[in-house]
Amino acid sequence: MQVKMTVNGKLFESDLAPRINLADCLRHEMDLTGTHVACEHGVCGACTVLVNGDAVRSCLMLAVQANGQSVVTVEGLSSDAELSALQASFRKHNALQCGFCTPGFITTAHALLTQEPNCDEDRIREVLSGNLCRCTGYVPIVQAVLDARVAYQQMGVK
Amino acid sequence: MKSTDFDYICPSSLEEVIQILDQYQGEVKIISGGQSLMPILNYRLASPQLLVDLQGVADLNKVSISSEGTTLGARVRWVDIENHDGLRVSQPLLCAAIDHVAHYQIRNRGSVGGSLVHADPAAEMPGLAVALEGILNLHGPQGVRRVHAADFFLGQLSTSIETNEILVSIELPFWPQDRRWGFAEFSRRKGDFALAGAAVWFDLASDGHAMNVHIGLIGTGEKPMRLLSAESGLNGRTLTESMIESVVHQSLSAMSFQGDIHASEKYRRALMLEMVSKAFAQAMRPIN
Amino acid sequence: MAQPILKPVERQSKNVGSPKERIEDLRFLRGKGIYVDDVKKQDVLHVSILRSPIAHGLIKNIQTDEAKKLSGVVAILTAKDIIDRCGSVPLIPIRLHHNPILDSYKQPVIANEKVRFVGEAIALVVAKTPAIAEDAMGLIELDIESLEVASDIETALKNEVKLFSDPKGNSPLTYRSKKGNAQLVFDNAAYTRKEKFVIQRISAMTMETRGVLAEWKAESQELFVFGAAKVPFWNRAALAQMLNLDKNSVQLIENDVGGSFGARGEFYTEDFLIPFIAKTLGVTVKWIEDRLEHLTSMNQARDCDAEVEIACDREGRILGFRGHMHYDLGAYPRTNGLVAPRNITQFLTGPYKVDNVDLSCDIVFTNKTPSGTLRAPGRFESNFFCERLLELAAKDLGLDPVEIRRKNVLTPKDMPFPFPTISPSLIEHTADTECDSGDYRETLERCVKDFKWQELQHLQGQLVDGVYHGLGLSCFIEGGSAGPRENAKLRLEKDGLITFSVGSTSVGQGVETVLTQIAADELDLDMTQIVMLHGSTTLLNEGWGSYHSRSTVMGGSAVTNATDLFKEEIRVRASAVLRCDPSQIHVSAGVASSSQGGSVTWNELVSSSPIEVMGTFASHHHTYAYGCAAAHVSVDPKTGRIKVLDYLVVEDVGRAINPLTVHGQLVGGTVQGMSGTLLEHIVHDEQGQLLTGSLADYLIATATDFPSIRAVVLEQYPSPLNPLGAKGAGEGGTICVGGAIGNAVANALSSLNIEPTTLPLSPLRVWEMIHET
Repeated sequence: MQVKMTVNGKLFESDLAPRINLADCLRHEMDLTGTHVACEHGVCGACTVLVNGDAVRSCLMLAVQANGQSVVTVEGLSSDAELSALQASFRKHNALQCGFCTPGFITTAHALLTQEPNCDEDRIREVLSGNLCRCTGYVPIVQAVLDARVAYQQMGVK
Repeated sequence: MKSTDFDYICPSSLEEVIQILDQYQGEVKIISGGQSLMPILNYRLASPQLLVDLQGVADLNKVSISSEGTTLGARVRWVDIENHDGLRVSQPLLCAAIDHVAHYQIRNRGSVGGSLVHADPAAEMPGLAVALEGILNLHGPQGVRRVHAADFFLGQLSTSIETNEILVSIELPFWPQDRRWGFAEFSRRKGDFALAGAAVWFDLASDGHAMNVHIGLIGTGEKPMRLLSAESGLNGRTLTESMIESVVHQSLSAMSFQGDIHASEKYRRALMLEMVSKAFAQAMRPIN
Repeated sequence: MAQPILKPVERQSKNVGSPKERIEDLRFLRGKGIYVDDVKKQDVLHVSILRSPIAHGLIKNIQTDEAKKLSGVVAILTAKDIIDRCGSVPLIPIRLHHNPILDSYKQPVIANEKVRFVGEAIALVVAKTPAIAEDAMGLIELDIESLEVASDIETALKNEVKLFSDPKGNSPLTYRSKKGNAQLVFDNAAYTRKEKFVIQRISAMTMETRGVLAEWKAESQELFVFGAAKVPFWNRAALAQMLNLDKNSVQLIENDVGGSFGARGEFYTEDFLIPFIAKTLGVTVKWIEDRLEHLTSMNQARDCDAEVEIACDREGRILGFRGHMHYDLGAYPRTNGLVAPRNITQFLTGPYKVDNVDLSCDIVFTNKTPSGTLRAPGRFESNFFCERLLELAAKDLGLDPVEIRRKNVLTPKDMPFPFPTISPSLIEHTADTECDSGDYRETLERCVKDFKWQELQHLQGQLVDGVYHGLGLSCFIEGGSAGPRENAKLRLEKDGLITFSVGSTSVGQGVETVLTQIAADELDLDMTQIVMLHGSTTLLNEGWGSYHSRSTVMGGSAVTNATDLFKEEIRVRASAVLRCDPSQIHVSAGVASSSQGGSVTWNELVSSSPIEVMGTFASHHHTYAYGCAAAHVSVDPKTGRIKVLDYLVVEDVGRAINPLTVHGQLVGGTVQGMSGTLLEHIVHDEQGQLLTGSLADYLIATATDFPSIRAVVLEQYPSPLNPLGAKGAGEGGTICVGGAIGNAVANALSSLNIEPTTLPLSPLRVWEMIHET
């Protein structure tokens, strides 16, 4: 099936079997291996990407369903030059250890802070409860997201 | 955990969808948000020949509020309900319950229709449909079939929808502003399926008697249901905490509950009592 | 008797001791980490593994004809193919605490004639894509004759269902720890109390599932295996031996690793099977574990029971422990299944001064997923037993929980304090171990003070707003820095790049950063001037890896040895150039300068030939970090739900090379312990079928479950056992959670006379304790 989508601002076109999910498509058809697959049944959140600005579980979406949509992965939220404010906050707070869940937290937190730059700790924890981390115990992740709010507030988004 | 192979089609009209369903006679699955279906496919618990994607069909995600009631299109997502100011006013019990559904990412895709047709007995939406006496609009080759929620859910993951029908919307009766309601749910972690949940509402007559008592149960194990014996035991009476507990306790004792690794039958029953009691306590608080 | 090896030298500490941000983060945050499934190779084929659907049976036939016909399927292999090539089905050796008694219990790399657990590998499908491989699996017809299943300790001990033909039966080995004269003490003690305990089975549940990518290079007859972790050098040797290859033709490459917790990185069946396919078919082949496979075939842990007795004098001083335990290892001993039952027996006394011990533990094989180490193996379990008994003793004797611990924890005058000797111990120096340094009262006092323990006592056991409040304590030790050795190569190239190659491996703990901090300080360089390579067998001839919280101490000390050797070599070369004695040369920050005048840069000294030195550090002595945790919980009697309202853990780690990462280990370890105490449960039914086969049923902690976790790192008592003064500190947070929460719940429900002795403390279990006893 012909699939056409925008990924991190670039057009991606391919002929794909319908059963390929968006996560596998990003990882293996587009070499965007930052999005990680860790459960394939929609619980762990490691595969979270943004589709039209919404955080979604890419393992629960078929690549063909992203036809005509705009997808942003962790790579699309990164620059080689320097860490984003959100990424720098994660690093400062030691909000990652093995790093496997991290891209999913970055995309989810980015979506949250973009929509709700004034969110409080309870809301942050509520939203992040859909992402599993086995290493950090979440405490530094929550702190990192709290600290990163300032940057999003300054962007004046919504 | 890759799914089996299937074909995929994204029709642009409801008629086309119905035509395909009729043609394939059950070898087809509808995909909307995919939040319930994709795990099933990835675990190979289902192997459809064809997936029919609804995202090309317009107008399935509308919320309409009128003096007749509220209609939710099958593709209305949890996040749509969360962000809909009108719904908080027109269907407060629904909104309170939907706040408990799943997680942030799932809420951006999961839909009312998907949850209703999937019919997980521990899910909030089927329980709400029954508690609110919703009417489900099923469209098929023969036209529209309106099914009362109480008749729609047959058992665990089983509904009365035909293989050539599609759920298009659910109608919820008009909700008077002074109606009393409460919702309580017990789950192991935030966003998990409920081990037990209760959606409760009633109206208060001028003499302080409760009327129209509805007690919807989520997580009994089999299907969402109303605790009819308790409802009749409470209708027409001035409710007190101890009366509620006693009547509900008696009704629940006459029921059987599914036991599993998370909750034994006895424990589930106790949880159900606690959730119903909490929901009633919420309902009995004076309206601000 | 521990001899101090080196006194920690006062050093200019620019990096060590500093909360340096991690080097690893720069790629992880950008999604540029390379985990095994991210490794790019050409023409990669994919393997799906058909696993046994039943827990115990005899394989009659494996019909693969239909499956082989499927388009895209390249090959299907079974035990027969392995026997054809290797002569027999290789058995996985026991890496730790091997005992010849267990030779006939070792796991075959593929099920051969018999299956012993649901999830055991039976057939391998090699195909163009993972999806096609899975499709083919569905077409394989298995004919397995069912046998009776022994799905729990009790059934297995009856030996009516035998997993192995060995006459020793399902429980061939018992560990025993002895010290002093427990019999005498118990006969005469003023107070004794015996209790039964049960701890549930859990899974490591690493975020990254396992994976192996194997590439056979026919021209050079070399095998490259990606996805290595934890102990690649040992694994390489084992694999080479099984494939009848020279060690040097087999390389295990470590990439980024998505968590281990002791489970990832041991030698599994797939660590043979995937390379075997690569070599046999002459292809590059990859297997990535899916989550269902992970829950059935990744090492599980903890599953054990105990009947333990404490003896005290009237003042609450512990006189002795005795008792008997059983540890359910699942179907095979694996490479390191013996560690937990051994630890549970040797370390039950924890941080307490106990002179009389007689404990034993039977290992038991059952038709379940094999077990291995999981963070704090045997230590979490024994802490639960010890702390619960101590709390009961305090209650029975009318003593304050703080006071009874104060009376019994180890102090400097007790050091070094020997643990009971564990037997059987075939390697002599592993039979004994002792606490090296510390004043265990300090962490207790600090915890009690910071937690406001005394101020909160009015809540103890009280029903407030419908919930019971309880406060509990747990003191603990954390053994770390397992030997025998670690290596660190240092190379200075002509281009001026300093590269270390260390045998330590990454499990996500920040080893790259921590070791670079140490190296940077030793050489007075900036961290950015140093490259720290680790783990892959291509880097060194010999290495050990990361387990038992050792990479900072063992790898770090090897790094300091390497830098010492490097500086010596610099002095030698510089002395020739500067015409003075090497002892007159000062080496620092890229320069060698003579006290007689003159200097030369390191780069100049390697212009004709690079410098390469091999540092090493050997030790058979474990370090012991120690601490105390306090928990404040509420228990809802109507639902059984436990909420952790506040939790504080204090640990003295000797020396924190990176306070940021050490603190992270404490917090992360704590939440993992909470998850294991309250949420996680791998459940098998009587037929050995896994009932928790998805993350919707196997529950791990999320961001909303334990919001109030605090940790304090102390550095009051450096270890005398290594040049860094550091103690291994990756597991302490986990060790004490069961004890702390168990005690808090017991205290919350004291008015109901409920004493938790079984984990997990799920709402169901708590409710049943309250309403059904």
